[in-house]
Amino acid sequence: MSTARQRLLGGGALALIAIAVALYAAGVFDGQVTQDREQKMAAPEAAQFDAKPLTPNAANDLVGDPPRTELASPDGTAGAHVAFQPPPESTMPTGDFGDVIRRGRDIFIDTPRAAPAYVGNSLRCVSCHLDAGRLADSSPMWAAFVSYPAYRSKTKSVTTFQQRLQGCFEYSMNGRAPPLGAPELVALESYAYWLASGAPLDPKIPGRGYPALAPPAQTADFARGETVYTESCALCHGDDGAGQRTQDGYAVFPALWGPDSFNWGAGMGRISNAAAFVKANMPLGLPDSLTDQQAWDVALYMNSHERPQDPRYTGDVQGTRHEFHNTDDSMYGREVAGKVLGASGAPKPFRPLHAAQR
Amino acid sequence: MKTARSHHSRPLTENPTVARENRLGVRGWQALGLAFGLTLSVSCHADGAAIATTGAGAAPACQTCHGPAGEGIAQAGFPRLAGLGAAYMQRQLDAFADGTRVNAVMMPIAQALSDTDRAAVSAYYAALPEPPGPTTPKTASTSGPEAAAVGATLATRGRWADTLPACENCHGPGGRGVGPDFPLLAGQSAAYLAGQLTAWKAGTRPPGPMGLMTVVARKLSDDEVRAIADYYAELPARGSR
Repeated sequence: MSTARQRLLGGGALALIAIAVALYAAGVFDGQVTQDREQKMAAPEAAQFDAKPLTPNAANDLVGDPPRTELASPDGTAGAHVAFQPPPESTMPTGDFGDVIRRGRDIFIDTPRAAPAYVGNSLRCVSCHLDAGRLADSSPMWAAFVSYPAYRSKTKSVTTFQQRLQGCFEYSMNGRAPPLGAPELVALESYAYWLASGAPLDPKIPGRGYPALAPPAQTADFARGETVYTESCALCHGDDGAGQRTQDGYAVFPALWGPDSFNWGAGMGRISNAAAFVKANMPLGLPDSLTDQQAWDVALYMNSHERPQDPRYTGDVQGTRHEFHNTDDSMYGREVAGKVLGASGAPKPFRPLHAAQR
Repeated sequence: MKTARSHHSRPLTENPTVARENRLGVRGWQALGLAFGLTLSVSCHADGAAIATTGAGAAPACQTCHGPAGEGIAQAGFPRLAGLGAAYMQRQLDAFADGTRVNAVMMPIAQALSDTDRAAVSAYYAALPEPPGPTTPKTASTSGPEAAAVGATLATRGRWADTLPACENCHGPGGRGVGPDFPLLAGQSAAYLAGQLTAWKAGTRPPGPMGLMTVVARKLSDDEVRAIADYYAELPARGSR
């Protein structure tokens, strides 16, 4: 038996016949242009609400930036514009403060389990802010931390960092905002503060947010977006956008629409924001592999599906659209496949996830 | 350059409830088969069991190398099959059969099996309970806390500066596997895992869905490949986080 095994092993070792695999061509575009694309300035989301990114000439107004392709980083490498690096985790402080920072990191990575009282879906902070909130161009926490307080048209007031975090829980997590000063918010704020160690207090810090895209050459299209989704997204997020869980229920791939996803009030429901996120960060391991047009199309496709009601619902869909979604950047209140998106009635009362759903 | 994905035939066993029932059922069949040295051929699972335990035509019994419980032979690099997804295994057998996955041992065996045989034996192993880990020895050339830390970091956090996601971003926490396309890693043979990552680097294993594994593997040094393989080989296949 052992000689047979050795023979088999030897055969396997001799069998290394090279097959050319060229699939990686799109994986890392050295020349991919990223830039200081600070669209947010003092009013982080104002532009997103007022712009019409689906019409080509409006997107520059939207982001206040020249198109991506007209900017080149000096050495041609993606991310080269980002000077700031958050400190390595090995340097995280010890002691009482370190414990809170670490707790913030843990909440960030596994929000439904670490902050179960405030999360209503399968998403985690890290779903939209990759590498535990460290990654430039993935809305990193160090850049967010140095950008608040700021005036936001979404709230029509000056918003502090903790208040901004509250918005993530209420909209992106389809949950409930922890009260200001709640241990969860203090931990997240401490973690972001630590990540920002040494960063300038500057809302235009390179690497903040997602790199805004130039307007699409063709108006974003549902059918093209569906093709992109099927080819590049469904493997992980499922044909139905519901994400995928392990057999014991852990949501590895977040739901992109449907009852387990972010609600209509979330920033990711903005087509331009989703397109920018997708282009720079998706699929995992293949960032910048989609064309700008594909990113726009698939963002439109994702945001043309039903999702939990906007918590700011005024009592009727068109009124809510007029008040909060009055832009081509949102599909809320628009009719898709014979159904009006958002016509799902009043927001469902928040219920924390069962342990098995976290 | 991406491979369009086909969405046919999500196996029933991906449903946790069904999988559990099947496992119990198969355990019973297995006990019968082992006790009496018989193979049963009355159902799809029985066909798979027959191929696994006695072979089919020119194909020898799978258990010769993959073990009576599908546990594999870790030190030889023969992978554990028990608990892997049926669709995943069938795709591998198809790839061996058409030569796109290069392996001198498995290519002729897969070619000797019919489409139906490949489906049946894949379903059989998918329904077997995963043996409890960790049972596998490490790869030869890594040891010590430094390599362990490298493996753990790459597995759980990745290296985003190099656009390298963590293994568990797709294979789930603890490498427990997700759905039909992201197989279980925990408790798998370290030699096998390292061999596959190396094969992706060399192009001797098809890149798989969207070419993701080729992209990922080519960002890893040989030492990192071994460190990751060792990390997952030592994790228990079952159990909560």
